[in-house]
Amino acid sequence: MASISFTVNARPHTVDVDPKMPLLWVIRDVIGLTGTKYGCGIAQCGACTVHLNGVPVRTCSLPVTAAANKAIVTIEGLSADNSHPVQQAWIENQVPQCGYCQSGQIMAATSLLKRNANPSDSDIDAAMQGHVCRCGTYPRIRKAIKLAAQKMKNPTSKS
Amino acid sequence: MITKTISRRNFIKLSGMTGTALTLGIGFSALGKDSPVLTAALAEAQNIELNAWISIDTAGTVTIINHRAEMGQGSFQAVPQIIAEELEVDLNQVKIVFAQGSQTKYGSQITGGSSTVRGSYKRLLRLAASAREMLLEAASRKWNVARTKLVAENGRVIQITTGEAISYGDLVAEAAKLQPPKEVKLKSPRDYKVLRKPMPRQDIPMKTNGQAVFGIDKKIPGMLYAVVERNPRFLGKLKSFDDSAARAMPGVKHILPVKMRVFSHDREGVAVVADSLWAALQARKALKVEWDDTAFPHHNSEQLYAQMREDVKNKPALSFRTKGDFKRAFETSAKKLEAIYETPYEAHACMEPLNCIAHFQNNKLEIWGPIQGPDWVQADVADLMGLKPEDVTVNMTFLGGGFGRKAFLDYPHEAAVISKAIQAPVQVFWTREDDMTQGPFRPGMVYQCRGGLSDQGRLQAFETRMAGQNMDHQNPGADKMAYNSNVTEGFLETYLNSMPHYSFSDIPLESPIPVMWWRSVYSSTNGFAFESFLDELAHAAGTDPLAFRRNYFWDARYHELANRLEEVSGWKNRKPNEGWGVAITECFSSIVGEVVKVSRKPDGKIKIDKVWAVMDCGWYVNPDTIRAQVEGSIIMALAAATKHEVTFKEGKAVERNFDSYKMLRITDSPDIEVHVVDNEEKAGGVGEPGLPPFTPALTNAIFDLTGKRIRKLPFALEEV
Repeated sequence: MASISFTVNARPHTVDVDPKMPLLWVIRDVIGLTGTKYGCGIAQCGACTVHLNGVPVRTCSLPVTAAANKAIVTIEGLSADNSHPVQQAWIENQVPQCGYCQSGQIMAATSLLKRNANPSDSDIDAAMQGHVCRCGTYPRIRKAIKLAAQKMKNPTSKS
Repeated sequence: MITKTISRRNFIKLSGMTGTALTLGIGFSALGKDSPVLTAALAEAQNIELNAWISIDTAGTVTIINHRAEMGQGSFQAVPQIIAEELEVDLNQVKIVFAQGSQTKYGSQITGGSSTVRGSYKRLLRLAASAREMLLEAASRKWNVARTKLVAENGRVIQITTGEAISYGDLVAEAAKLQPPKEVKLKSPRDYKVLRKPMPRQDIPMKTNGQAVFGIDKKIPGMLYAVVERNPRFLGKLKSFDDSAARAMPGVKHILPVKMRVFSHDREGVAVVADSLWAALQARKALKVEWDDTAFPHHNSEQLYAQMREDVKNKPALSFRTKGDFKRAFETSAKKLEAIYETPYEAHACMEPLNCIAHFQNNKLEIWGPIQGPDWVQADVADLMGLKPEDVTVNMTFLGGGFGRKAFLDYPHEAAVISKAIQAPVQVFWTREDDMTQGPFRPGMVYQCRGGLSDQGRLQAFETRMAGQNMDHQNPGADKMAYNSNVTEGFLETYLNSMPHYSFSDIPLESPIPVMWWRSVYSSTNGFAFESFLDELAHAAGTDPLAFRRNYFWDARYHELANRLEEVSGWKNRKPNEGWGVAITECFSSIVGEVVKVSRKPDGKIKIDKVWAVMDCGWYVNPDTIRAQVEGSIIMALAAATKHEVTFKEGKAVERNFDSYKMLRITDSPDIEVHVVDNEEKAGGVGEPGLPPFTPALTNAIFDLTGKRIRKLPFALEEV
């Protein structure tokens, strides 16, 4: 067991867990934030994506020790009231179907837009290709990212 | 909006939270048809089980019971949208409660066969209109104003002449004493305010901030976590296991052998139960298990397909649907065609792997999970556990995908067995590998098609022989000589009327591999064979493939669909160096036509430029939900056509995770345009019928561009 400290959505946490435990299970089962999902366990689908010091990471394959003294942001930390422009663009385009992969999709899109305010189709492909959606919401994800980019410049933008 | 689950027994009590309420439902009739709309009081007085969907309390809050699972297809929205229309309330005033599993109370609850809307919309409209009429009648009495001078609007009754208004909440006490009307007039679709409008789905905001509770997220007090090492071969037995190392690991509470029912067999495994999921997963790795796999064949995919290819050619079929004299018509045809089509086994690969919570105590069982058919689970698990159905409560969470897989009872049954054995609530978690390798899978199929054309290019003989596993043959006591009644699934009904000589038959394949429904079921593979072969026949006849199909449309509805498809896709303006393909299929009472346009990129690889879809699902609820479902169906079809398949080696599934079962990604997602036909036909399915026509439209387009006919799936698009 190891004692590891980090912040989750700006709140400090110290957990006493098996140091090999993937960050995903710490977030879901120890901290109790279940918006971050398990999809494959081998970093192939992106459902478990959170931001670690601002960078998107696959928590299913990242040992908790990698998060020591770092800042984690999960879907719940983006905004609880859906006020973040990416969440708003997702709702306006009615992106989710089953919704299970969408936390990871949204965290990846948020990270993309932080780095690149005007992503092209190929920028979107590059940033999002690690994220699997079985319902096939990809066309709407693409539209929502473009709308979110506009909203970040002008919050009143509509699809 | 609040989502919560209530006990079915407490529904009437709970929905009348503020005391008085107008609660209306449909009395369950053993005859199934024409069940009366009843108030709670009338139902109680007559001791009738109330199929309760609506309750309006004195605060004017409308509680609607959603009796179907929400797995992405939009039933969460569809059911309330139907009710809000005839009840004349704003969707935002509506609270949605997930129903629990109860066949007697809700009728069928299975979210399968694209049935949510088409199976219940007429009853729902009638129920909501009855409530509205009772509120109007109550207002008429209260004000002593004629009913004809009143209108219902936005949760209120309004006097037309004075504009005076009273809220539904202030009328429920009076309305609850009235008899529901015997007849109600339903609105014309032209007057719809909520229906047929792209209303935003109310579950979506919960799915963009992490608040939606899926099965995997559900926790109950005192819950333990289990993972199960199951036999990777489908009929194997557990010989022995050594759990000494696993038992010594931190957090481990129990290790026990477990059996769950999979059709006629028990799937055997060893369950590891721990105080955390991580502890259970670690201890499972330390288990040493020996299986007894001696009593059944260990198939490889190559053997299965060799058998099916042999069967379609030579084995006598179980005949099903025939008309005229195919054999003679074929033999006398001026031009004869024959082709073999092959489709793979597939995994459902829902993004949320299987999981289920069970709590067995005092001979009662409660289940929570992502479940497509809560009433089936209630009945079947009760039977397997030796309980009465009323002692089994099934609670639905959101489903992270279903596609047919989560309508099966194995995973709730296994959770119930473990909970009973350890006398504690437990969540059984399936890893992606468990989910992908255990099945049931979509069965792979081989089709032999033969067709004959007259010297004028008229189709005069059509035959399909289908070889593959019959899903129904797996059930206990199944008649293995029973034909597969789904051999024509996917084929247009109008063709069955118009074509003079045909024969559809099947040759069932025996294999221990468990198989079951996968989005659009047999249509998902039948459609590829039928619509590829019609394209081959059209080319052989020298006729435009869309015009060729039109020759066999007897019903105006099909012509309208073809006209719309031709118009939106620009079918008449096809240019050289473009490949165009069309396919039209029919399943679950909806007709969908799709056109695919492909071209070669500068590097020579094939690119899908655009997909057009026209969906005729008759009466419908929400055009945006339909568009989303068709987009998703096309993407799932493209994945199965070009990315993934499940193969078998020595009786085990080879593909274990997304590194080998390659999912379709955003980079391969084509531009899709969906159109919805407006008509007054009966409601058809929405969640599945968009899938079957896509693959043949794509391969027909590839043939148009390259002259290469693709008859075996999956194929690599970049290698054509």
